[in-house]
Amino acid sequence: MTTVPMEPVAAPEPRWHALRGTNVTDRLYRGVLTALALMLPLLLIALVSELAVSAWPAIRHFGLSFLWTSVWDPVAGVFGAAPMIFGTLASSLLALIIAVPLALGVSIYLTEFAPKWLRQPVAFLVELLAAIPSVVYGLWGIFVLIPFLRTVVVPPLRAALGWTPFLSGVFYGNSLLAGGVILAIMIVPYIAAVSREVLLAVPVSQREAALGMGATRWEAVWTAVVPYGRAGLIGAVILGLGRALGETMAVTMLIGNRHDIGLSVLQPAYTMAAAIANEFSEATTDLYLSALFEVGLILFVVTVVVNALARLLIWRVARGTAVGSRAL
Amino acid sequence: MNGRRLRRRVVSGTMTALVAVLSFVAVLALVLILGHLVAKGASSLDWNFFVKNPLPAGQSGGGVANAIVGTLIIVGFAALIGLPIGIGTGLYLAEYGSGRVGWIVRFVADVLNGTPSIVVGIFAWTWLVKPMGHFSALAGSVGLAVLMVPMLARTTEEMVRLVPHSLREAALALGYPRWRTSLRVIARTALAGIVTGCLVGIARVAGETAPLLFTALGNLNFSTSILQPMQTLSLQIYVYATGPFDEWHRLAWAAALVLMGLVLLLSLAARWAIRQHHGAAR
Repeated sequence: MTTVPMEPVAAPEPRWHALRGTNVTDRLYRGVLTALALMLPLLLIALVSELAVSAWPAIRHFGLSFLWTSVWDPVAGVFGAAPMIFGTLASSLLALIIAVPLALGVSIYLTEFAPKWLRQPVAFLVELLAAIPSVVYGLWGIFVLIPFLRTVVVPPLRAALGWTPFLSGVFYGNSLLAGGVILAIMIVPYIAAVSREVLLAVPVSQREAALGMGATRWEAVWTAVVPYGRAGLIGAVILGLGRALGETMAVTMLIGNRHDIGLSVLQPAYTMAAAIANEFSEATTDLYLSALFEVGLILFVVTVVVNALARLLIWRVARGTAVGSRAL
Repeated sequence: MNGRRLRRRVVSGTMTALVAVLSFVAVLALVLILGHLVAKGASSLDWNFFVKNPLPAGQSGGGVANAIVGTLIIVGFAALIGLPIGIGTGLYLAEYGSGRVGWIVRFVADVLNGTPSIVVGIFAWTWLVKPMGHFSALAGSVGLAVLMVPMLARTTEEMVRLVPHSLREAALALGYPRWRTSLRVIARTALAGIVTGCLVGIARVAGETAPLLFTALGNLNFSTSILQPMQTLSLQIYVYATGPFDEWHRLAWAAALVLMGLVLLLSLAARWAIRQHHGAAR
């Protein structure tokens, strides 16, 4: 062959390759990242289908009555989840009643009133509550909170409101009240962190306008700032609710674990998460196991719906930014 | 008119004081919990506690060496599985996540972020423990990784998005291919933030118990095989706290103090890393 090879030796790759995205390695890079990212939706699908398949025997066997019957008898093979569903809702509701004023107070104080030098440290300390492991909350609850409730909180509560059905019966310690209070402490940091971000996202002009009209500082906050961020604040509360519904260890250790529906917060109750934690490894029959899977499925679906709702509300306020995700 | 103004000022002052008190209460809860941990746990921390294994029920003494090592192994493997997926997903969301797929992945990450850990536990049980036929630390690690990934993805995305556009444009203008721009310039600039996210993620799962109940199960003996049941501090605390013996309760407090110390150390390291980041920011 006489012709000289035409291609230049080791020519640098033309730059426009990178810009047009035709570079092979670029495509590979994008492919790898996409594959990793798609694992999340796949995981969600796997989770749901796995739970649904495992729960199917119980769903077919009990139908919808699983949701409102309250007999839970592994020996007879009869399962109804009503007490756990009730307990989950009741303990979460109790937690919200305590935690929402507390968390909103914290976030309002930190964004509107606290001196500048105090804001970061206090916010950090409150968020540190989220770092405490659930099982440590449980330990603290058993040995500190329950004795405190028994000696300091319950007697005066009883004296004042003992005639209502909410405070009837003997208080042994492990109860709806103990579970609700520990849940409240656990969800405060989540609600506080997200609502703080929401309040920070409220434009300064809102406050200035209200103050300019002669409002006091509190009136400015309550009439101009809080309503502006309302959707986000509700989102924060719902996010807290999602946490409370699915919380397992601390509640399992404190709520008393009794299949029972009662109005009294002084009595033991049960939650869906606690039932799985307690009974999953002792489930001897297939139907028993399947019933627990159905409990898991219900719990999962409820938390997914609650979380999705919260996210949509928060996104509405702070579109596109990952508000509060740092705290989660 | 004057009375009304006075009333408004009183309300304003009262509410200001009220929210300050509420903040104080929240911080007080933290102080109380940490205070009790130190008060009830510190006296049990001696050399034996760290190097000995648990003794049979009823005997006094013994330690939690197996649980400490087990925690490190299980969390280590969880990080090994979870970090690449979480960071990769975060990079995808930041670099290519503007389309519909990005929206779906982001939404799924946010939703999974709130998944009850116990549900992840039974999921790991069906996928790993049931097919393998026995409990294993590995299944526990997978469960923890599942909890870690969504959070990591979102923090990584957030951190990468903070990198100024001009940096990317400069690198591309110099002829860097996109993947190198992404890894060598963008991810590197956001490194401190990503490290913070990783540390926070690891800290969050280090204290998890629920996903380990039916996977790692717990183990009375010292074990380093990830295919066998393994003890962790969290499982140990659960068993000891709910058990009937005073000796167990004593050990539970001490183990809780150690676990809390570990988690706090990770959290503080995360804070330190992000401070470096902000210090270096232009």
